[in-house]
Amino acid sequence: MTADLMLPRAFRITKVRRELADTFTLVLAPDDDGPVPPFQPGQFNMLYVPGVGEVPISISGDPAQPETLIHTTRAVGAVTKAMWSLKAGQSIGVRGPFGSSWPVEAALGDDVVIVAGGIGLAPLRPLIHAVMARRAEFGKVLILYGARTPDDILFDKQVRDWRGRFDLSVHVTVDRATGTWSGNVGVVTKLIKRGGFDPHHTTAYVCGPEVMMRYAADALVAKGVASTNIWLSMERNMKCAIGFCGHCQWGGRFVCKDGPVFNHAAVADLLPLTDF
Amino acid sequence: MSTASGILSRNDLSALFDALAARGLEVIGPTVSEGAIVLAPLDGPDALPAGWTDVQAPGAYRLHPRDDGALFGHTTPVGGWKRFLHPPTVRLFQAATTADGFTITEGAPPPPRQAFLGVRACDLTAITRLDAVFQGNPFTDPIYAGRRAGAFIIAVTCAQAGPMCFCASMDSGPDLRAPYDVALTEILESDHRFLLEAGSAEGAALLADLPLTPATDRDTAARDRQITQAADQTRALPPGTAERLGRMLDHAHWNAVAARCLSCGNCTMSCPTCFCATVEDSSSLDGATAERHRVWDSCFSLDFSYIHGGSVRESGASRYRQWMTHKLSSWHDQFGTSGCVGCGRCITWCPVGIDITEEAATFAAVDAARHPVEA
Ligand SMILES: Cc1cc2nc3c(=O)[nH]c(=O)nc-3n(C[C@H](O)[C@H](O)[C@H](O)COP(=O)(O)OP(=O)(O)OC[C@H]3O[C@@H](n4cnc5c(N)ncnc54)[C@H](O)[C@@H]3O)c2cc1C
Ligand code: SF4
Ligand code: SF4
Ligand code: FES
Repeated sequence: MTADLMLPRAFRITKVRRELADTFTLVLAPDDDGPVPPFQPGQFNMLYVPGVGEVPISISGDPAQPETLIHTTRAVGAVTKAMWSLKAGQSIGVRGPFGSSWPVEAALGDDVVIVAGGIGLAPLRPLIHAVMARRAEFGKVLILYGARTPDDILFDKQVRDWRGRFDLSVHVTVDRATGTWSGNVGVVTKLIKRGGFDPHHTTAYVCGPEVMMRYAADALVAKGVASTNIWLSMERNMKCAIGFCGHCQWGGRFVCKDGPVFNHAAVADLLPLTDF
Repeated sequence: MSTASGILSRNDLSALFDALAARGLEVIGPTVSEGAIVLAPLDGPDALPAGWTDVQAPGAYRLHPRDDGALFGHTTPVGGWKRFLHPPTVRLFQAATTADGFTITEGAPPPPRQAFLGVRACDLTAITRLDAVFQGNPFTDPIYAGRRAGAFIIAVTCAQAGPMCFCASMDSGPDLRAPYDVALTEILESDHRFLLEAGSAEGAALLADLPLTPATDRDTAARDRQITQAADQTRALPPGTAERLGRMLDHAHWNAVAARCLSCGNCTMSCPTCFCATVEDSSSLDGATAERHRVWDSCFSLDFSYIHGGSVRESGASRYRQWMTHKLSSWHDQFGTSGCVGCGRCITWCPVGIDITEEAATFAAVDAARHPVEA
């Protein structure tokens, strides 16, 4: 826990997958052939493009196979666009994994409701893997996913596979229907209102834009899900991920080391303060 | 812990510098520069601000001569000790880069070994506040820890408080409340001398190398008298501020302060406990090397809270609130203490003279009006 915490370790890109018009997945393996540290679903790494910058990106792979490090990123600005232009064979820096994780154990015996918005599906995918790996220990499992348009449905092949399973209900909604879309249109909270789970025995995991998480949590609570059974993942500017830079502060919390995954009951009073 | 102590005559002060130099320590202490008392490397006793004191007021600072030749007869020096433990800019690493990848070639520069001469009670407490941020919570910053481990601390007794001081209400002074190696009390009566008291084994070893004469009750009484005098302060933080601010996050008074605040960040830069930093990545023109530096940052800047689409703290009110609630309220949640040590620098160095104690008092008054105490 000393010097190397501040130093990125070089990882080679073994595969690049273009997921959407602006979203891509990198599969990474360490340059030094050393072991890849295990991770918990919901944890993130700091990814570094030499000379350009470093940004927090969640791990989107299977926690049972940590040796295959997978990150799914939406190119929005300087660093993520530089990452977008990288090719297999090139290296990037990795520090991590950091932060709190989705507590899988908390849902044992319960129905599991996973609510994702946009790129928010990426940090939830390791959780979906973890839940499906021990599927028999949970009640119903629902994935409620909202995307901007049908063309923005992330991991669409995997989403179709999940939809084909009898032990998983997957509901997708889009903000704006295009092409031949004949599915749900509207915000993801509509899918929550529809139910299909036992609210008194449900654990929910929510990831997406902050407003979406706030309304989704409110909709879950309105349905009867206990606030203490709802988990969400916060996003704040991060320059260190280890509690030193101060950028990720959210009141008395550091999103990097106390989060990013928080229990809804613990932060419900802060969520409405959108400029805090 | 040793109880070694003794008296060093003003004329023998160079022996202290020599003993520190013999230990390989660079001496940092107060000195006059550009019309202010700052902290900087000192060649010897002549660099100390002999016969100068500071006069501080909200948004104002000037030097005043004093006729007694006092070397430590001032209050808080500009800036604090923070910059020597957590440098304003420091390289985190250098990497050799190729089209395909990179290799780290250098880490942070090795830490210097420094003696801090003249650490006041508030600033001594501020160092322990930084310790909590950078050491073992749960991560440890090797840059801070390396500098901290090498630091030899000579604290100084405050003979009087300045008008901006409120350490007495912050549990951080005016007596020394945190570990030091040596405590120094400057005594001006009859003959100009220093009472030196060891606070660590290293401190006792240093005293053993100095030409000391035994301290008497008169010397320790002078020290106690100074501390009593310094406890007489005009400013104070109202009790209950931490809990109160946490409840008043959406109060309209934040807008009233923000209307005066320039968001310049002077308060955070002058604060001895503000620790925030950003990183700057760069590469050489030929693309062969890349570097990352850590650079002080302030929660008053818009970039500080930027996430794709905009800054979380867009308004001036939200940024003033971040500063004030972090110092006085949420720091308790993070580290179990206040983030403020009552040094008053943020009041002095605010160009518009915003006074954090006065703002805290306004919140207390508004709160009292809202929730009258039931009889
Ligand atoms: C814990 C965590 C997990 C994340 N996981 C993912 C993920 O799996 N996939 C993904 O696509 N995105 C993820 N993000 C968001 C991602 O970090 C930002 O999109 C990214 O920082 C944008 O950087 P940029 O330089 O390309 O953008 P610019 O707009 O150029 O941003 C400039 C700087 O602002 C900061 N910044 C901007 N947006 C964000 C943001 N949303 N969050 C934090 N800092 C930001 C960064 O320091 C960035 O370098 C995550 C954010 C956090 C905090
Ligand atoms: S007040 Fe602002 S700059 Fe100072 S430590 Fe807190 S967040 Fe950082
Ligand atoms: S020093 Fe004064 S004006 Fe500048 S940011 Fe601080 S409170 Fe605002
Ligand atoms: S990211 Fe630096 S303190 Fe959290």
